[in-house]
Amino acid sequence: MNQDDLKNLTIENARDLLDSHQISSLELTEAYLERIENTESDVNSFVTVSKETARNDAKNADILINSGSQNLLTGIPLQLKDNLCTSGIRTTCSSKMLENFIPPYDAFVAEKLKKQGAVLLGKGNLDEFAMGSSTENSAFQSTKNPFDITRVPGGSSGGPAASVSASQCLFSLGSDTGGSIRQPASLCGVVGLKPTYGRVSRYGLIAFASSLDQIGPITHTVKDSAMVLNNIAGFDSKDSTSLNVPVPNYLDKIDNGIKGFKIGVPKEYFQEGIDPGVEKIIRDSLNVLENLGAEISEISLPLTSYALAVYYIIAPSEASANLTRYDGVKYGFNYSDAENMWEGIEKTRQFGFGDEVKRRILLGTYALSSGYYDAFYLKAQKVRTLIRKEFEDAFQSYDVLAMPTSPSTAFKLNEKMNDPMQMYLNDIFTIPANIAGIPSISIPAGMNNGLPVGLQMMAGALQEEKLFQASYAFEQATDWHKIKPDI
Amino acid sequence: MSNNDDLTSEAIRHLASLTRISMSDEEVEKMRDEMSNILDNIAVLNEINTDSVDPTGHSVDLTSVLRDDVSKDSLSTTDILSNAPNHDEDLIKIKPVFE
Repeated sequence: MNQDDLKNLTIENARDLLDSHQISSLELTEAYLERIENTESDVNSFVTVSKETARNDAKNADILINSGSQNLLTGIPLQLKDNLCTSGIRTTCSSKMLENFIPPYDAFVAEKLKKQGAVLLGKGNLDEFAMGSSTENSAFQSTKNPFDITRVPGGSSGGPAASVSASQCLFSLGSDTGGSIRQPASLCGVVGLKPTYGRVSRYGLIAFASSLDQIGPITHTVKDSAMVLNNIAGFDSKDSTSLNVPVPNYLDKIDNGIKGFKIGVPKEYFQEGIDPGVEKIIRDSLNVLENLGAEISEISLPLTSYALAVYYIIAPSEASANLTRYDGVKYGFNYSDAENMWEGIEKTRQFGFGDEVKRRILLGTYALSSGYYDAFYLKAQKVRTLIRKEFEDAFQSYDVLAMPTSPSTAFKLNEKMNDPMQMYLNDIFTIPANIAGIPSISIPAGMNNGLPVGLQMMAGALQEEKLFQASYAFEQATDWHKIKPDI
Repeated sequence: MSNNDDLTSEAIRHLASLTRISMSDEEVEKMRDEMSNILDNIAVLNEINTDSVDPTGHSVDLTSVLRDDVSKDSLSTTDILSNAPNHDEDLIKIKPVFE
């Protein structure tokens, strides 16, 4: 298989090629390893490429396929964000703190994919501990946007989004705490899904903000997204927040169309600092949905702009607690020249964490301090209740909500690194779904000055099927998902 | 909530010590400026009346999860210690806690 063929490949048609023995998993894997080799110096999306284990995975997958006992993802080459633990393969969180950490166990999703016979190509770069919106906070490298390598891929799942966009793998899994799957998917022209909180087990996902974190797929197409979710969703006794409810087959209703679908368009997502080029593309996309038979109505969600403030209290608070475990004693980076234990811990954390991580740990500690707890953390949790209710009310009347994923297209490397608040504003349209715990998807919807623009849709809790139905109808009616970077 | 004059360099040093992160004076000043700016932006929440609102900790309603009291296999000591920076046989070694 040559490099250009890879650019048009999806999980769906790779499955056909594998099952009809037109290509083996090992041949497919070798093609992707070669593609990674040829493009990685421009894209920098991998922290680790696990060539040998990938070849072994592929050989085992070929045995399964040849004996007719394959599943949907058997033999399919993928990447995992480097905050998902992989047994025996370095898992760094793109932090100096975990630079040499080799987990002795697999994350729930890694184990599920392994059992299916999927082929792990390597681990995707991210903002350190998934804190950021450009992947520039990685302690190792900045990932580049495949559509323009002078620009960021978004973040924090910048490695996963860029690698799918550059056809270095058939899919990747990211994590989304405030938009970390959807915003980079939007900026890199691929499909990114954040499922309902609790839909996919977080066991083995290195924790950032536990009440917001959720794992989801980054893929070339909507159908591929549904195929991956089919195989990673479900209850897990090792995650106490995992939902014990049946998993539907997400492909069943995907082709049902959207005639009579009620789509709400919250006007607040078209106000604050949105690029006019992005707005035009989203408005055009709404016309496409209307022409497909959906009923489009403008609605108001007045609390939208407060979600960012709620997030920047809750996420750092939870992070400050979660990140206390990094002390250089049990695992991870250790400052070895200390005189005593306390100096060792303080220097380990000084040199092991980057600036953004320290900023959030301090901010969270401040918000949780006695004297400030009620005014910050409790206040944010109360506003969270109101935001959640605002969405619940909207979904009484509407099947899905539609809006832009990000207020702008990909920005230049270093453009926002010196102004944390400007960086945080990138996630203004994605954060509300995390606060409410609802599913949300970003799909390619147009190009503005040569850069991809994502259309975002949200649905009520556990209504992923509606998201797939609406996005698939849009995708079938447009060709935006077929535009690939020249890289 | 918006009274960020509270956020003195001394307050940042106190937070740094609570979180056990050493910081240079330069880092303290930079952190103070950045955090003040973030806290100013967060202060918009004061505009919302939350008097009779219950807090939300998780977006899904959680109940305590119990399991049967049955022992299961777990990771071996060797696996656990494989990532420890310093260990002596089955014990993790740390620097002195007391002088």
